[in-house]
Amino acid sequence: MPTMTFGRAINAGLRRAMDDDPKVVLMGEDIGKLGGVFRITDGLQKDFGAHRVLDTPLAEAGIMGTAVGLAYRGYRPVVEIQFDGFIYPAFDQIVCQVAKLHYRTQGAVKMPITIRVPFGGGIGSPEHHSESPEAYFTHTSGLRVVSVSNPQDAYTMIQQAIASDDPVLYFEPKRRYHVKGEVDEAAPPSSAMGDARVVVEGTDVTLVAYGPLVSTARDAAIAASDDGISVEVIDLRSLAPIDFRTVEASVRRTGRLVITHEAAQSGGLGAEIAASITERCFDYLEHAPVRVTGFDIPYPYSKLEFHHLPDLDRILDGVDRVLRRPNSLSALDADAAVQR
Amino acid sequence: MAQDEARPGSGSTSGDHGSGPASGTVHPGAAHEGADELVQLIDPHGVRHADVRYDELVADVDGPALRRLYEDMVVVRRIDAEATALQRQGELALWPPLLGQEAAQIGSGRALRADDFVFSSYRENGVAYCRGVDLTDILRVWRGNASSGWDPYSINMATPQVIIGAQSLHATGYAMGIIHDGADSVAVAYFGDGATSQGDVNEAMVFAASYQAPVIFFCQNNHWAISEPVGLQAHVPIARRAPGFGIPSVRVDGNDVLACLAVTREALARARAGGGPTFIEAVTYRMGPHTTADDPTRYRDPNELEDWAARDPLARLAALLDSLGLLDADYADSVKAKADATAATLREGCLAMPEPAPSDVFRHVYSEPNSWLDRQQDHYERYLASFAQASQEGSR
Repeated sequence: MPTMTFGRAINAGLRRAMDDDPKVVLMGEDIGKLGGVFRITDGLQKDFGAHRVLDTPLAEAGIMGTAVGLAYRGYRPVVEIQFDGFIYPAFDQIVCQVAKLHYRTQGAVKMPITIRVPFGGGIGSPEHHSESPEAYFTHTSGLRVVSVSNPQDAYTMIQQAIASDDPVLYFEPKRRYHVKGEVDEAAPPSSAMGDARVVVEGTDVTLVAYGPLVSTARDAAIAASDDGISVEVIDLRSLAPIDFRTVEASVRRTGRLVITHEAAQSGGLGAEIAASITERCFDYLEHAPVRVTGFDIPYPYSKLEFHHLPDLDRILDGVDRVLRRPNSLSALDADAAVQR
Repeated sequence: MAQDEARPGSGSTSGDHGSGPASGTVHPGAAHEGADELVQLIDPHGVRHADVRYDELVADVDGPALRRLYEDMVVVRRIDAEATALQRQGELALWPPLLGQEAAQIGSGRALRADDFVFSSYRENGVAYCRGVDLTDILRVWRGNASSGWDPYSINMATPQVIIGAQSLHATGYAMGIIHDGADSVAVAYFGDGATSQGDVNEAMVFAASYQAPVIFFCQNNHWAISEPVGLQAHVPIARRAPGFGIPSVRVDGNDVLACLAVTREALARARAGGGPTFIEAVTYRMGPHTTADDPTRYRDPNELEDWAARDPLARLAALLDSLGLLDADYADSVKAKADATAATLREGCLAMPEPAPSDVFRHVYSEPNSWLDRQQDHYERYLASFAQASQEGSR
């Protein structure tokens, strides 16, 4: 089985999708000759032609709106948004058109558009290059939202996203682009795009992550096991809809839930997961769900970004907290309450 | 050139006199003189003027063809009046009248081929009529029975777009697809003067020029974006903008159905031959309110309406037909009868429209199963069923 980087796996998946279906066209800024600023589309224009890999004018609304027109015409556009923070000019077209046209036309018009978004922080970039805007889109009905955490999923799920007749936002953890992993290009998908996956089995705490933090969560599980704590790590993979059955089944066994994401906390996906799991299995919970997330701040300048991003220690603190261990933030909260 | 300057703030207005036979087309890089002049083949008095450039484009429009254009306009005005009445009677929640814009819509709409594709705003019911829309389908949205009226692929026309100008990008993308397919059809975006301020319309022109997409930007400058006069959107005639994007443009008398047909045919021929996009500014006037919820007396000078009534698109074609001996009483009666019958069909279809089922609220959000929505639908259906059960038990 070949080993390839995360970025190369997406490239291979795009190539396969373009081979399989002549209606697949790629659109974006600098994706042709340059191969994209992250080189994800490297070589594709050369091999498939400028008519299938379109360097577009620098206008995200324009890219998204013309993708809608191409979809009307029967194409399956794959749009690259260069950086997470550049998606907002396209927001209106995504929310008002891409997401709603199937509903508006009572199923007559399909919008099989895939929107690739390199997202998240940790690469030392200036403002607008490190954001996690996924909750805007998970809150919008008509869209599907996924985030990939490893090369094999990246390869498989980009093809599933393109094959989906519903529009899919495909969030790529840009700080993991250079991570290598085995990719079986011949194997059929081992699960549907919407299914979550248990990546580490455990019995004491359920730890839910997606995208860039799945590997951090896995590291946290290993570290916790040194303390005799058994953490079950779930990679959500799909953010809308979320496979709550998998999360619920785990929490019914562990009784404790920690959710981690880079995006800001309030109104974020962690809130949705905490609420939904509490609704579904309140009687099984030994502790309130705990969120370990980015702060409610604009993405900070790079020298402070690792204070903002959840890391292994903050995740472990969350694990301690749901276990009511004395060194956890819960204890700090109790002290603070006494002082107030 | 414009000789009847409107009051300050309403910006450029149409010059309905004196434009004569001059060509109004501006090519990229060309000087701007001529750009503001209107292409006009029939003047407001119904007099047909010769035009060296556009006459040949409508050489086939003989007496019977002129009559068909007239019938279309009369029928569309009647549809519009009936829909307005249905709204006043509480049968429709809202209606956006097109009164005054019949020539722009019929002239352009009748120029299209069946395999061309239209992306319009919500006011282009005259274009939809040309595309062969089922009359009942026009009203579904406005009665609140559906979020759109028809299958776009059945008449090659997208359903009305409410987000101002968004459809201009859809038309451009569709036209890019036409190039990919090696076809010679054309996409047409309809929008108003207000939409020209939107980023989407400007981005659409960038994309259309970059890819030389076979798309027509058909702007009906009806002088008003709800209460805002066109002068607030554009300090110069709107058609002047397109050449800056590398797109040829033309200003046409939007109340002259023959001129609208001619300029649209010219743009279609250019697009089919690989010549790329064209911008058409059809200078017309919204004689009614923005929608039935609007009150133009709050912001509009009644004299302006009077001025434009004198340039009514139907009246001028009627005058031309009359001068040609084609508007005898029998014919006029037959046209009126056709319009009334169409209105009756429209009303009948409106009143007979079936009510949507509660579970329809969940339909077509996704084309594939969705665990979140399926769960909500399941809960809601069981919730509704519990009332039926309770009422059954109560009646025992």
